[in-house]
Amino acid sequence: MGVDGDGGRPIVAGFSARIPADGLTAIVGPSGAGKTTLLRLLNRLDDPDDGEVLFEGRDVRSYDVIALRKRVQYVSQVPVTFPGTVADNVGPGNVHGDTAALLTRVGLDPALATRTADRLSVGEAQRMCLARALALGPECLLLDEPTSALDDGSRGGIEALVRSLADEGLTVVMVTHDRRQAEELADRMVTVAPAP
Amino acid sequence: MTDLSGRISIGDVGLSLLLVAVAIAISRGRKADLERDIVVATFRSFVQLLAVGFVLDYVFGGHAWLTPVVLAVMIVTATLTSGARGRRVPGAHGIALASIGAATAGTLGVLLALRIVPFAARAAIPLGSMIISNAMNTTSLTMSRLRDDLASHRREVEARLSLGQTAAEASRPWHRAAVRTGTIPVVDQTKVVGLVALPGVMTGMLLAGASPSSAIRLQLVVMYMLLGGNAFAALVAGHLTVRRLFTAHHQLIRSLARS
Repeated sequence: MGVDGDGGRPIVAGFSARIPADGLTAIVGPSGAGKTTLLRLLNRLDDPDDGEVLFEGRDVRSYDVIALRKRVQYVSQVPVTFPGTVADNVGPGNVHGDTAALLTRVGLDPALATRTADRLSVGEAQRMCLARALALGPECLLLDEPTSALDDGSRGGIEALVRSLADEGLTVVMVTHDRRQAEELADRMVTVAPAP
Repeated sequence: MTDLSGRISIGDVGLSLLLVAVAIAISRGRKADLERDIVVATFRSFVQLLAVGFVLDYVFGGHAWLTPVVLAVMIVTATLTSGARGRRVPGAHGIALASIGAATAGTLGVLLALRIVPFAARAAIPLGSMIISNAMNTTSLTMSRLRDDLASHRREVEARLSLGQTAAEASRPWHRAAVRTGTIPVVDQTKVVGLVALPGVMTGMLLAGASPSSAIRLQLVVMYMLLGGNAFAALVAGHLTVRRLFTAHHQLIRSLARS
């Protein structure tokens, strides 16, 4: 499978991997190796120029894209907050119905529900983004460098949260440039190298 | 009543060039470096209006069947101008043609169908030209603003998409802002009409000797026509721009996602 960049220069070329449904899989590689692109393909924010991406044995292009994205949630490297409060961010589409319980699950104080989302710290915003993704009841969580924007204090908390989500039965695919983090957290690793 | 309509001779036009000379002198004195632009603008306006005058004399002089051709030339010229302005949107010319065409057909069509204005070249061409030039500006503004906003907010747009929102839902805040940007100038103009400046149609009619009340009635029709036309143009331009900036699979097009 491959993805072309601007001017036809490949971003991902000749890549093939199988990710089991259970546990936490880390995709490891240096910057520019196309790790983020791989996650975008799984969530169909992009499509490969050659080859295919399969989900449960079927080409992702054969699914309704909106339904697929709700099942396979993508959380970007830099937390993105929408205008409004934390509850406004997490509430819409929440299949669990209980914002407070969801915030507790990701380690946020439920009292933060009424705070304006853009006033959260980076670590809190990252947790809120995880809550927003979990609200939709996904089967798979795609995490792009979930700790790269955090200080050491927040980092450990997010790592423990990610591990616990995998232990609860969620399929977690995490991109990281940090091999040590992958070795400590993940059940398995997929290594990518920059396209030649 | 003073009627200026038949009193302006070519000599009078020549005399009014004195004011252009004043503008050039100010530009030179203040080192604004606009002398060349002023000369080009003066020359172009003279040639363009003279040519249009000949065309209109011909069309009004028993060749009214050319009216659709004149309007079509105006629409094509506006489409090329607006399409070039929004060139970073794929298919910008098609979007411009659709929105300017819809604005013209929608508003001029209503005015003619309801017989608010007569079905005559003397009415359709000047009114059509106003609709077309306003729709052109609105289309350019709407397309450019929407494209630039989606590019600069692409992280948020993609976050919304990845949460399962459709392209229309994910782009809604910026779509709304672009439509507002496209229509606000004419809305503001309508609000302050008569207070800040006497608008063009009214000024023209007053100079031509019409009574203020009939000048005002036509001006009101024109203002409401422009409001409607701009709304049409912004609506169509916004809708089509969203469609061209996302794929059928609710993905931002690559040139935007990677910008």
